[in-house]
Amino acid sequence: MSAKRTLPWPRLVFSRTRQDDQSGEAGAHASARFRALVMPHLDAAYSYARFLARDGTVAEDIVQDAFLRAWKGFEMCRGSEKQWLLTIVRNCFYDWMRSNRHISGCTESIDDHMNIPGDDELEGTLLGRLDMETIRETINQLPEPFRETLILRELNDLTYREIATLTQAPVGTVMSRLARARDMLGKLLVNYNQGGAGL
Amino acid sequence: MTACQNREMALHALVDGELDSLGCVAIEKHLRGCAGCRAALEQIEATRALLAQTNLQYQAPESLRTAISAMLPAGALSQPAAPKASARSSAPWLGGGLVGALAASLALLLVLPQLTEGGLEQELVGAQVRSLQVNHLTDVVTSDRHVVKPWFNGRIDFSPPVVDLVQQGFPLVGGRLDYIAGHDVAAIVYRRRLHTINLFVRPAPTLASPAPATMRFQSYRLVRWTSGGLEFWAVSDIDETELGQFRDNFIAATNKSSARQ
Repeated sequence: MSAKRTLPWPRLVFSRTRQDDQSGEAGAHASARFRALVMPHLDAAYSYARFLARDGTVAEDIVQDAFLRAWKGFEMCRGSEKQWLLTIVRNCFYDWMRSNRHISGCTESIDDHMNIPGDDELEGTLLGRLDMETIRETINQLPEPFRETLILRELNDLTYREIATLTQAPVGTVMSRLARARDMLGKLLVNYNQGGAGL
Repeated sequence: MTACQNREMALHALVDGELDSLGCVAIEKHLRGCAGCRAALEQIEATRALLAQTNLQYQAPESLRTAISAMLPAGALSQPAAPKASARSSAPWLGGGLVGALAASLALLLVLPQLTEGGLEQELVGAQVRSLQVNHLTDVVTSDRHVVKPWFNGRIDFSPPVVDLVQQGFPLVGGRLDYIAGHDVAAIVYRRRLHTINLFVRPAPTLASPAPATMRFQSYRLVRWTSGGLEFWAVSDIDETELGQFRDNFIAATNKSSARQ
């Protein structure tokens, strides 16, 4: 699709924090810079890890590991600190997956995991007010890689290109994943609102 | 009703602001003639709005924050006064007293811009984040200022002004009690589009500067002003200009309503 060709370069979402940094001499004050530029993304990193791992304790381990790696490789960070940090979180998550394959349930496919209602089963498309926990749980029911794409777009506000870079997927794939994720989530939430079973 | 299969991704790109102008024109033209795609677009927007108005982000546990902070050299992030004090003990790590002092003052500059009172911004931002995360944004949920204002009576020993700013694009959501710097404060909650503005009101501390101020803390903006012996702190993730508009509108509306009474 034409969007791929004509998309602008990724927006420098965090360019403001970079500007703040100009007052400091590069390199000498790494710790202060790290605290100012990377630490503010702790919640985003933790959220991302938690939605990936679907477990709070595991997410803590992953994030701690990720921050250690981020600190060690801080001088290698170019561009958006947030995107860079999230990439490290993602790598840590996959490392954790590899070493804990027996524990994880993250390799499910759509078919065996859930029961997404078809269009004709839904009477309306109005989404009422749903509480935070319900929505989080519903998101957690989305299979990968759809869940991850949705989180990166809706919670972290990354552009398609940033998500593509981070997840090492073509922009077109990111777009179709996002469309599928929103479709599934919308249907699950409507279904939930109508008191439907299967959640 | 479903979207045309070949338009589905364009609809998503449209709501995500990822379409160029030609792409926008094409899809808008198509939408005028296609009810199926219009319905699909509404559905996408409804799902997005639901996600945007719910704070889904998890807050990292304090223990994790502490553990990460401890891993980094020089000082604790959570204690605003610490960098300067701890610079001496951690100076050897930083390779000399001068560098240590520089790093400490830089840390103060970078991490704690325009500090007016020890950790107050942090507490206010913390209260803002908590209010969104524990589903405890409001104790009294109403867009009627005549309900919010009396609700505070008897709960706190000062009377915060509550004004209606829906015309100016800041609908009133409600109010709640919060606890800042060891005291009960009034938190009046407004919205700007899908963003929440917490307006914290407390009696102005005796030593408080009357000068208004705008500052940033993490990804939040804080705007402070004083009026009628009260100190106001508006906290939100909207940008400074809009938060400034909010302040101006709030002050204007307060003056108007007090002139009427």
